[in-house]
Amino acid sequence: MSAGAKRVEQLDRVVIRFAGDSGDGMQLTGDRFTSETAQLGNDISTLPNFPAEIRAPAGTLPGVSSFQVHFADYDILTPGDAPNVLVAMNPAALKANLADLPAGADIIVNTDEFTKRSLAKVGWATSPLEDGSLGEFAVHPVALTSMTVGALADHGISKKDAERAKNMFALGLLSWMYSRPFESTIRFLERKFAKRPELVAANKAAFQAGWNFGETTEDFAVRYEVKPAKMRPGTYRNITGNQALALGLVAAAVRSKLPLFLGAYPITPASDILHELSKHKKFGITTMQAEDEIAAIGAALGASYGGALGVTTTSGPGVALKGETISLAIALELPLVVVDVQRAGPSTGMPTKTEQADLNMALFGRHGEAPLAVIAPKSPSDCFHAAIEAARIALTYRTPVILLSDNYVANGSEPWLLPSSSELPDLSVEFATAPNGEDGRFLPYLRDPETLARPWAIPGTPGLEHRIGGLEKADKTGDISYDPANHEFMVRTRAARIEAIDVPDVEVEDADEAARVLVLGWGSTYGPIGAACRALRQRGLPIAQAHLRHLSPLPANLGEVLRAYDKVVVPEMNLGQLAQVIRARYLVDVLPFNQVSGLPFTAATLENMLEDVVKNG
Amino acid sequence: MVDLKLTAKDFKSDQEVRWCPGCGDYAILAAVQGFMPELGIPRENIVFVSGIGCSSRFPYYMNTYGMHSIHGRAPAIATGLSASRPDLSVWVVTGDGDALSIGGNHLIHALRRNVNLKILLFNNRIYGLTKGQYSPTSELGKITKSTPAGSADSPFNPLSLALGAEATFVARTIDSDRKHLQSVLRAAADHQGSAFVEIYQNCNIFNDGAFELIKDASSRDDHLIRLEHGQPVTFGADNQFSVVHPAGGFGLKVQEGGEAIVHDTSVDDPAYAFALSRLSGSDLGTTPIGVFRDVQRPTYDELIAKQLNDARADGSPDQMLDDLLNAADTWTIL
Repeated sequence: MSAGAKRVEQLDRVVIRFAGDSGDGMQLTGDRFTSETAQLGNDISTLPNFPAEIRAPAGTLPGVSSFQVHFADYDILTPGDAPNVLVAMNPAALKANLADLPAGADIIVNTDEFTKRSLAKVGWATSPLEDGSLGEFAVHPVALTSMTVGALADHGISKKDAERAKNMFALGLLSWMYSRPFESTIRFLERKFAKRPELVAANKAAFQAGWNFGETTEDFAVRYEVKPAKMRPGTYRNITGNQALALGLVAAAVRSKLPLFLGAYPITPASDILHELSKHKKFGITTMQAEDEIAAIGAALGASYGGALGVTTTSGPGVALKGETISLAIALELPLVVVDVQRAGPSTGMPTKTEQADLNMALFGRHGEAPLAVIAPKSPSDCFHAAIEAARIALTYRTPVILLSDNYVANGSEPWLLPSSSELPDLSVEFATAPNGEDGRFLPYLRDPETLARPWAIPGTPGLEHRIGGLEKADKTGDISYDPANHEFMVRTRAARIEAIDVPDVEVEDADEAARVLVLGWGSTYGPIGAACRALRQRGLPIAQAHLRHLSPLPANLGEVLRAYDKVVVPEMNLGQLAQVIRARYLVDVLPFNQVSGLPFTAATLENMLEDVVKNG
Repeated sequence: MVDLKLTAKDFKSDQEVRWCPGCGDYAILAAVQGFMPELGIPRENIVFVSGIGCSSRFPYYMNTYGMHSIHGRAPAIATGLSASRPDLSVWVVTGDGDALSIGGNHLIHALRRNVNLKILLFNNRIYGLTKGQYSPTSELGKITKSTPAGSADSPFNPLSLALGAEATFVARTIDSDRKHLQSVLRAAADHQGSAFVEIYQNCNIFNDGAFELIKDASSRDDHLIRLEHGQPVTFGADNQFSVVHPAGGFGLKVQEGGEAIVHDTSVDDPAYAFALSRLSGSDLGTTPIGVFRDVQRPTYDELIAKQLNDARADGSPDQMLDDLLNAADTWTIL
């Protein structure tokens, strides 16, 4: 594949959205393009967007699946607000994404799918390719399907298999347009179709045909380059949040030297963590696909009781079911990591769409006074470190920890500067081995004076036989107790134990130190908030940003930080759950800004809102 | 078996037993504590896990490791413990409400997985701790606080349910028959895999005399069928009744005289034990006790342990982790 003789234009950033039917392989195409782009050293951020239905009727709007990738020669924080390029594999894909395109955007359409029948499926009487309605865009009509089938005529594969390779044609074309290195895609095809060499050859040929088409057709007069970004030196890989979270749990097992036991029940969008962890048995990791969400956490808690790092992974509806067992874990004071990959609710809601609306449930969704630790990752790669932090808190303080990921970071991806194992925190724990009472008795609820954690005495340890349970326990002995003063003491002690967890201070980004407005976020909104703040600063409007990783306990300096600003804005993908906590706890009248569309904030939305606050107060 | 010189007293905890005076649970506790030394297992390697209900207080009274958990979930919690700690002897104590109502799902899944658990279900056919509502083993039409006009629910036959889940060990015994109870516990303890033991237990407060027909000396011989492996299944004051396989029919039935079947706990097809379990109805008219089924199939614990063992790799875990993190398309920035 030659470099070609066309004019090459330099760009600093591009946003491309691949969109097609659920069966068109758009997630894979986007993923491959991302991988090629990563190899080139651009900074990247991606956003897959797909329906919950596995295969909605072909060619319909509900069946549209898309993958957006933003890449740049500088560091970026979001997958981009609006695509510069849309690849639309059928009329539904065009219609579903048209509203997001700015004027002047390139649209590459698969004209083969623009039949009367397909147009009718999305309610178009005339073809937008012919009726002039796409006048403000640069439309590139490409007969993707028929050219792919034509290119593969001599490959001895079925027409259906040939048609399926059209996504590789599209990938070849886009790879040519943006001067992407294609070696990783060739290797990928060789791996994926290892058992069917004819498909390796066909898909390679389709990719090549797309590349060649770009080079020869007059419709594409320019190809583009985006130079590598200046990133910190080191080895990188591209990673999604769910992958990073799973690897973080593996790292927690390694660094704690404990067996890890994952109890899980399949649920979107958390199942990929179960899939990933089930591959890593050599690290002493057991994964159990339980009969339900309750059994999943029950088994994890049983394993923790036996001396493992117990973990359960789920999404909102699963956390609701696990509530009683989380309460038991609080009473038993055993380590447990509960991962909630949030999705839009209530009830089944929108399983493949994002939201941050489980914060209240994580903080308060249990009976009785049942405090625990809550943390949230801010980006896909941060899921790795958040998982380790969740394990650290669980193991050190013998408490359940809820880790609030969400669909946006779980399925989005970005380059990740690989850490080395030795620089990760040491999570070693000490099990109790000898009686701790003055009279030679073992006191299972005698606490460490510093952490307030009780001893972890696992079955198999001679001389420490003891009984624990959900009934209120007497201080120190752990015997059943209905004593009023004891209950008051235990409730307050359990709360104090969580409040005493050592969490780092929240940091404030305030480049000019002139800001009067602080924007406070948590979890996955870090990217769009950060991008909006940068844009404002570039325009000379000062703004400060603080982002919470620890939601319980909150950082000790948070009150001081909040009171240092005239206005505090709290954007959340819910109806104001953190805002309510902040108001109640610090008596600071924060300004909530909320979006519950199932989609992440765009940087532009936040920029507009924050500009208004900065200028008008 | 190691002689650890333990006695029943070593298995008594320092906690005051708080069941109602006269409760059948006392007899079961004494039988279990009396039998435990026979296991030859050090106390620290024994764990009792329970759910919620009168019977679920049991772990507090055993001087072993123990967890009194939440309603119905003991089999799930014990599964995680047993699968991650195959070195332990894990016992689940549960009741008819705990195991068959709220925890029915966990019970059947533990049994189908054949987790190495010994599950003791104290069946008193009533809710005791919540003061006297009908349970999933109460007879149809049972009049209780919550069913003044009689319950409209048909009861579960716990053994049929366990056998439907293909439990590998299924037995029934009675609180008041210490010798029989201990012999069944012994067989359960010897079994590799899930052992499900239903223990008829009298609640003298809310359902007193529920099992009188098969306990009272004047009536029991004509109603209680004692199953013994390798022995013909006959019963009656004069041994006049036989359990027979009717020609051309399904299942088993009771008749006077005739050629009794010879009991075999090792029959692989659960249909045989299931047919035996169907002899007992709510009226206790013909109630088999003893070991119904005792067969071998791989346990969940050993399958999980094998997978871990097969995957085990030598080498530094930190290095393996670094290799894993780098096992992708990577690029380096200098």
